[in-house]
This record gives sequence, structure tokens and C-alpha cells, in this order.
Amino acid sequence: MTPEQTKKVRCAIIGPGNIGTDLLYKLMRSDVLEPVWMVGVDPSSEGLARARDMGLKTTAEGVDGMLDHVLDDGVQIAFDATSAYVHPENSRKLNALGVLMVDLTPAAIGPLCVPPVNLARLAGEKVMNVNMVTCAGQATIPMVNAVSRVQTVDYAEIIATVASLSIGPGTRKNIDEFTRTTSNAVAKVGGAGRGKAIVVVNPAEPPLMMRDTVYCECAEEPDQQAITESVHAMIAEVQKYVPGYRLKNGPTFDGRKVAIFLEVEGLGDFLPKYAGNLDIMTAAGARAAEMFAREILDGSITLTPIPAEEAA
Amino acid sequence: MVQTLQGMPTMQSQIAGKSVKLHDMSLRDGMHSMRHQIPLAKMVEIAKGLDAAGVPLIQVTHGDGLGGSSLNYGRGLHSDEDYLRAVVPQMKNAVISVLHVPGIGTLDELRMAADCGVGCVHVATHCTEADVSEQHIGLGRELGLDTVGFLMMAHMTPPEALVEQALLMEGYGAQTIYCVDSAGYMLPDEVTTRVTLLRDALKGETGIGFHGHHNLGMGIANSLAAIAAGATRIDGSAAGFGAGAGNTPLEVFAAVLERMDVKTGVDTFALMDVAEDLVLPMMPKPPRADRDSLTLGYAGVYSTFLYNAKEYAAKYGVPARDILVELGRKRMIGGQEDMIEDTALTMAKERGLIGHNGAPKSKAAIEA
Repeated sequence: MTPEQTKKVRCAIIGPGNIGTDLLYKLMRSDVLEPVWMVGVDPSSEGLARARDMGLKTTAEGVDGMLDHVLDDGVQIAFDATSAYVHPENSRKLNALGVLMVDLTPAAIGPLCVPPVNLARLAGEKVMNVNMVTCAGQATIPMVNAVSRVQTVDYAEIIATVASLSIGPGTRKNIDEFTRTTSNAVAKVGGAGRGKAIVVVNPAEPPLMMRDTVYCECAEEPDQQAITESVHAMIAEVQKYVPGYRLKNGPTFDGRKVAIFLEVEGLGDFLPKYAGNLDIMTAAGARAAEMFAREILDGSITLTPIPAEEAA
Repeated sequence: MVQTLQGMPTMQSQIAGKSVKLHDMSLRDGMHSMRHQIPLAKMVEIAKGLDAAGVPLIQVTHGDGLGGSSLNYGRGLHSDEDYLRAVVPQMKNAVISVLHVPGIGTLDELRMAADCGVGCVHVATHCTEADVSEQHIGLGRELGLDTVGFLMMAHMTPPEALVEQALLMEGYGAQTIYCVDSAGYMLPDEVTTRVTLLRDALKGETGIGFHGHHNLGMGIANSLAAIAAGATRIDGSAAGFGAGAGNTPLEVFAAVLERMDVKTGVDTFALMDVAEDLVLPMMPKPPRADRDSLTLGYAGVYSTFLYNAKEYAAKYGVPARDILVELGRKRMIGGQEDMIEDTALTMAKERGLIGHNGAPKSKAAIEA
């Protein structure tokens, strides 16, 4: 039932909007991933038409429209760029066919994944669903971790400012979930005792590039040199998949407080460059999938279908 | 009706006989003046004084609203819950309100405030981003609160666009919509235009409010203009306690309204006494239009940036006024306090005032 062995893992994108389309551009460049399906719900969607032009199979009937083809087409990884409300059902159906889900919605039914912090560990845990947190989480959690791996962080607080044009109606309507999911991940994945996230939407024209500020309150006097080195090393890690991830200022130190000021410029694949918040999500999703794909290709992990009744 | 020689209606002829609800901000916006450090007992004492003076609405929260206690905005001396649980039971007539900014405060915090017995919530967004307030306005109504849509930095968007945002908030269930001059930048004609358009576009039962800052000394004049154009709620604060050069000084405004035959139900002398005897002694430096506050109003910058700008001016050697002007040029909005240190650092580096980031840097980092 497996198709002839290729050196790439085949994948599907659910949700042909801005995120799904930007992700498609990134997957087209991957050495280990091959996008073969784009799934939507609107036959007149521009995103579906664009994916078809790029040689993908498409359906406008949601995940159900692809299910019969998953095994024949050898789809092993699916990215969900729809919404937190439909993700659990999408995940259940595809997990049942042995497809690993990379969740770009705030549903967070699988473990939270921030690639430079915990991807390697998750890849070793045979998970079938990983959640990519939020854009604010992807931008800031690596920095919280850069401090917490040096010394104990009692409290971490992040402020993410995004351009008004880069934040869609779904996030606006559910800004509370966005704020809470990020706060939770700042503590849990970043490695801080407590976490807090603040989100600001700025309408300036021309649009502002995504800005993120990370404050960490250490348990003891911060080791300035060790933290500074750790921050620079982590910046370099993130730059491997988001080249426009930059340290604008800091780290500065004030008592037990460490402040780090970041800017995230997107690659401009499909989305404008100022939308670094969206770019870091698609780049992190692609990065996570590539790590899993390498392990699938070298045989170190095997995806196991989760029977529907168990997943429910 | 008093008419001028040109036959133009006077201000008094436009507002005499109206009823206006005054909303005191000294224990919320005034928290900025005190860097969020008002002692619990003082909070209760002032609120009781305002209640006794007949002020119908009193806001009590961290300066940046529920959940505002943070490294970014400054930690509160006490939690919002501690303040609310102390103040609410002491009120005889006044309703306690809270400020709630989506993106800063969460729905759980609004539920907590309702549980403490508050009766009103100001759900605040930047003037162009009303659609982040749907959940919060919805919950405010669900909890039975007097729910207000609070459009901040209203000078930054054209009046017609402000109306569209107000209609969104009204659609989510807001019962009153505020035009908020967060930067203390507006002049009376700008207030007249905005409030008039809001009054025309919103449903008859939807109230209109105005929240001013005194950075250009226009708090009173702008509030009068708002009433003349149809506003029925006006924010101010005892002794002008508030961000920047403070809010519209409430006791002054009450005196003016009394002379102009506007009904507020407030005892002006009692309110003067609260301002003079309770609020003023607490302030190390009463807010005034010093050059930095004046710059906020002149350049249209968010009033709460004032103290952080002064702090980082002292730390990095760039004048606060220069930092504030630069923040205005970059069109920074409410909530972006983190950008004050960032901007001060960038300016200090450009001016050669500090080395790399103003912080010691390791050899490895320099090589990296």
C-alpha cells in the first residue's frame, strides 16, 4: 500500500488562504517534502486555483474530499491552516490513516512545538500531531528558552506587535485564545515559572514589521555574559529557517530583569515582508515537518495510524 | 437662548439643561501618575469621597486595565482583584467600572471583575482595530455589565473611519461608544466633528462618551464641545490625576458645568475637597503640561508613554522629548511601551551616547 519509495515525503495542505499558500511556496523548495494536495472548501478559491497551477491535486470538499486518495497518493504529513474549530476533526480523520498532523491553528490538541527549543525531542516521541503555538509564540519562545537554559526564569513576559494588515479575521475574533495559548506556551515551552503574553495590533502605513519584546525575570542576578551569548546563539538557530529574525536591541539588564528586542522580517514568499508573524509560522511548520520527514525517510520513525475510536 | 451678535448659538445655549454622567478616572488613569502604586487604603478613601460627592461612575483598575500589571506597563502595588474587592463593597451609590484592553486582559479577568461586583466595563481598542473587541464586548453584555466601546487615539483616524469602527462595536453589543483623545491632541472642532458624526450614525439608544487628556490644556473645552455635539458621558479625574498632563480635571469641569446649567448630580464643593484633601497630597509631582507632556499633545503621542520616556531618557541620555517625538513619527500606539526603551537605545546608539546596546557585551557575541 505504500507507493514506490521516493526520497521526499508527500504532504497535504489544508486551507488555501494566505498561510496555506505561503507554506506551499516554502514546501516547493524543500529537499525532503513534496506538497501534493491542497484542500479547501470554496471551489472559487484563488488559493486552490494557484495550487492547481503549481501542479497540486485539489479539492473544495474539505478533508473528506481527499481521504480516499491519502493512501494511494502516499500522503504522510498534513498541515492544517484552517481554524481551531475544525482542526480536531481534520486531525482525527487523517491520524486514522497514519498521517502526521502539523497544526498551524491555535487548537493545540497536540504537543506545542517551537523548533529550536523542542522539535528534536518531539520527533523522538512518536507524536502524530504537533501544534505550532502562535506567531507570537514562535517569535518569542526561543528567546525565553535562551535565558532559561542559562538560569532559572521565574517569570517571562512577551509583547508582540503585528501590522494590522497581517492579522486576519479569525485571530481578531478569537484574540483571547491567541493571548492565552501564547502565555501558556511562554511558560511551558520557554521554560519560565509563569508566562504572560501581550498582543498589540498596529495600523501604521506603511505597515510596521513584526516587533517582539521579551522580558525575563530571573530568580537570581542574571549572568550577563552567559545570557548574551545564549541569546546570540539562539538568534542564529532561528535564522536557519527565518533569515529575517533579528536582534534589534539588548539584551539589556536591570536588576533581575532581562530585556530582548526583536524584529521579524518575512521572506516575502507569498505574504508581504512586514508580515514576519505569518512567515515565522509557516517557516516553523515547514521546519518541523522537515525534521519528521528526515526521520521517516531514514526509517528512524514509522507513522502508525490511530484508530478513530482511540483518537476521539 | 443666548445668541452672539452674529446669530451663532453660544456654547451655553447648546448645552444648558442637558444631563451628563461624569466618570472619574483618578483611580485608573491616575494610576499612571502613581506608577500603579496607590495603596489599598488610599484607593478606598478616595473612592468613598467620590461616591459621597455624587460621582456616579468610578473606574478602578491598573492604569493599563485588567491584567495590565506587568513588566511592560509596571506592576501594580496590589492586584486588580484586591483593589476591586476592597472598593466595591464600600460604595453607596457609585458604580465601579474597569478598563479592559483586548490583547492585554483576558476574558477570565473580566469574569473576575464582574464577580467582584463591578457594574461597567470600558472595552478599549486602538481607533482602527475595533474588531478585536467582539469577544470582550460580548462577554461584558453576557455578564450584565454596562458595556462601553472605547476607541483610543481617535485623532489617528479620519472621523468617517472612526464612525465605521464605532458601528462595529455597537454591533457587538456596546451600549455606549467613546471618542478617546488618548494623546490629548484634539482641538474642540475635531471633537465636534467626531462626536457629531458618531451621534448621527449610531442608534438613538446608544450613548456617546468623551475621554480627554489635558496635554494641550484642552480637557475642559473639548469635553464641552463633546456635550454640545451629543455626548452624555464625560471622563475626567479628580485633581486631573492621569497619564500625561492628566485627564480633564473633574472638579473644575463640574464647576464649569454647574455655571452652564448642565445637570451632573455631583456636589461640586465636595468634589473639590476630594481633589484637594485626598488626591493632591498623594502625588509626588502633580501632572501638568510640562515640556514632555506638552510634546505628547503637540505630536499626538499616547499619554502613558510619558513616565517611561522620562525613565529611559535618564538611563540612556536621550531627552524624553526627542524619544516621544520619534515614537510619534513611528506611529506607535497604546500598549507599545516596550518600544520606548527600544527607541531610546537605538537613538542613543545613533548619537554615540552608549556602546553596543548600552549593555556589556561578551567577546563571543561581538565575534558572532
